[in-house]
Amino acid sequence: MSNAETHPTYLQHHFADAEQQMDAAKTGMWVFLLTEILTFGGLFIAYAIYRAWNPEMFHFAHKALNASMGALNTIVLITSSLTMALSIWSMQHDKKKQTFWYLMATVLLAATFMVVKYFEYSHKFHLGQLPGKYYTYTGIEGANPHIFFSIYFMMTGLHGLHVLIGIGLIIWLMVRTKKGHFSSKYYTPLEITGLFWHLVDMIWIFLFPLLYLIG
Amino acid sequence: MNTFPETHYLNAPEKGIKSWLTTLDHKRIGVMYLWAVIFFFLFGGALAMIMRSELFFPGADFMTANFYNKLFTLHGAVMVFLFIIPAIPAGLGNFFLPIMIGAKDVAFPRLNLASWYVYLAGALIAVLSILLGGFDTGWTFYTPYSTSTDSAVISVVLGAFIMGFSSILTGINFIVTIHKLRAPGIHWFSMPLFIWGLYATAIIQVAATPVLAITLVLLILERTLGIGIFDPAMGGDPVLYQHFFWFYSHPAVYVMILPGMGIISELITSFSRKKIFGYKAVAYSSLGIAFISFLVWGHHMYTSTQSVLASTIFSVLTFLVGIPSGIKIFNWLATLYKGSIRFTSPMLYAFSFLILFSIGGLTGIFLGSMGTDVHLHDTYFIVAHFHFTMMGGTVIAFLGGLHYWWPKMFGRMFNEKLAQILAVLIFIGFILTFVPQFINGLHGMPRRYFMYVEQYTFNNQLSTIGAFILGFSLFTAFANLFVAIWKGKPVGDNPWGVLGLEWKTTSPPDPHNFSVTPEITHGPYDYDKVLAKPTLDL
Repeated sequence: MSNAETHPTYLQHHFADAEQQMDAAKTGMWVFLLTEILTFGGLFIAYAIYRAWNPEMFHFAHKALNASMGALNTIVLITSSLTMALSIWSMQHDKKKQTFWYLMATVLLAATFMVVKYFEYSHKFHLGQLPGKYYTYTGIEGANPHIFFSIYFMMTGLHGLHVLIGIGLIIWLMVRTKKGHFSSKYYTPLEITGLFWHLVDMIWIFLFPLLYLIG
Repeated sequence: MNTFPETHYLNAPEKGIKSWLTTLDHKRIGVMYLWAVIFFFLFGGALAMIMRSELFFPGADFMTANFYNKLFTLHGAVMVFLFIIPAIPAGLGNFFLPIMIGAKDVAFPRLNLASWYVYLAGALIAVLSILLGGFDTGWTFYTPYSTSTDSAVISVVLGAFIMGFSSILTGINFIVTIHKLRAPGIHWFSMPLFIWGLYATAIIQVAATPVLAITLVLLILERTLGIGIFDPAMGGDPVLYQHFFWFYSHPAVYVMILPGMGIISELITSFSRKKIFGYKAVAYSSLGIAFISFLVWGHHMYTSTQSVLASTIFSVLTFLVGIPSGIKIFNWLATLYKGSIRFTSPMLYAFSFLILFSIGGLTGIFLGSMGTDVHLHDTYFIVAHFHFTMMGGTVIAFLGGLHYWWPKMFGRMFNEKLAQILAVLIFIGFILTFVPQFINGLHGMPRRYFMYVEQYTFNNQLSTIGAFILGFSLFTAFANLFVAIWKGKPVGDNPWGVLGLEWKTTSPPDPHNFSVTPEITHGPYDYDKVLAKPTLDL
């Protein structure tokens, strides 16, 4: 067995073998995802409390959101999760070109999500449906509708920030795929970015009904 | 005569400041953390001395009320966020965790270095607020005052937010390292108890800190954009801030104490030459404390319009914390029983801890009961209570750990006689500083005031004298340690003659921790089976 095989370049010196390295990276990512859930958890709790206190206002205010745009974005993100998963599957089978194109599709879908979000945001900015003291819109019944928009912008804003970070990470993966850093033996960065991306998708799946579909 | 090893992590693979600032070696990162936290500890301590000087006489002496507000806020914020949270895990933990489980490094060395820079950036931004005029909210940043005062709240909150990330990164790193990088032969229940302490700590760090992060973001947005979440005038709720804040900050006090308890387990077995009594009970009690820590935050809010039912439940849960803490204390005492005790300086700190932490813990039970708390809330009783746990507990454990491991870290011995005298002086200074505060608190002296009525004078003066004894001894204790790095005699591999894995490597350790992979033939506490000979004449 040649030396290059026993000590592959991607194996860091403090790990015993590649499997241990992959295991460690995955565990680390799962723990990180836990911290993400708790970060959003704070906002979900704020949402639950204010909705419990102002059920009618929430009902009236949610009508200002465009449910079909939200639905479109849900489909876009779920599809992007699929392309992300396919990119990993391709690398597991050493189909590196395919991986690259699946990653490209993921980035494009994520960008689509942000564009839709941009239209939604700018429409609300235009109407003055802004958070807190900048709220100037008058067409919503119930007390303190600005609270709804504070929460809406906080939650979707933080989520949007995660989408942007995800886009950055996936572009980095595309570069590394092109450079030939990955193979079916080593694709840990793909795997853990995939985990991150699925979480971003999952959070949206909760945000969409809670914000857009209050009945 | 002991010799100093030729190659060790301090001079290899390279020397020089640049090799330190770009190092991925967990030992060097641990040392860099230690320098930073010790610096901030002395800084925060100096602030405390200024406060105690002002409080020597009842009236206003040499500062304004506003300045005093900024002083105690800065003292609290520096001690909590810059010193005590990172001190043991990121300092001593970083250095010893991989060595004690026979790993070459932590799982993510680059993340580890990043966490140091993130910590430093956060610390600098927080300290920058002094130049922006200081901040006077208390370290808890309670709304609505923190959103309406014109002091520099944003920069310190931003600093705390950024340091939170560093804490999370350390926590993730430790959890993964403990799960995945233990050497063959070291299973969960043969890990040293210090590692169990760090593990429980890391769980709290990753599970609680994100909630603080989002809370601080909301606070910043409340101040800058007026989002109204915490503002009653806009339909928001300031008490919600307190819930969010304490959901993090109560578990955070166990981030401070759990690794300290881990150190005490090491010290007590090492210097009583006895197997730890009830290993599993001590290990599980760390996890127990971590678990209960998430369910007790409401005991900070008995007087903040919390419902009586909620307060009652929080009160009962708070008492439960006493069980795992008590398990630890009694197991340590049982370990001492019929041990062959050596009164070295680390052991003196361990005894000091047993006494001070027990007082701190028991007064916590007083405060956990609602009726008593309503009387004692926001008095000096609280101040004394949390200094007994945080300082009498964590800082004393930190000092014990430093004295215990310093010879291993730097390969040289400090003046042990002087260290013993200082350990006793620190204990006396501590008692003299904080016992009078308990009494003043019981008599109703409120905290956070820079003047007081005359009946509190005597106890305040005792407290100030104690603070100066404490400050002087602490400063000298650190000086004693630092002088050892240059002047101390080489100590050999195992100066204390103990069984932990970290004593099997050279002092200071090899850059790869062990030059030869160590064979694990016994556990860290198997004093009933093996004895190790000290390389130092004690």
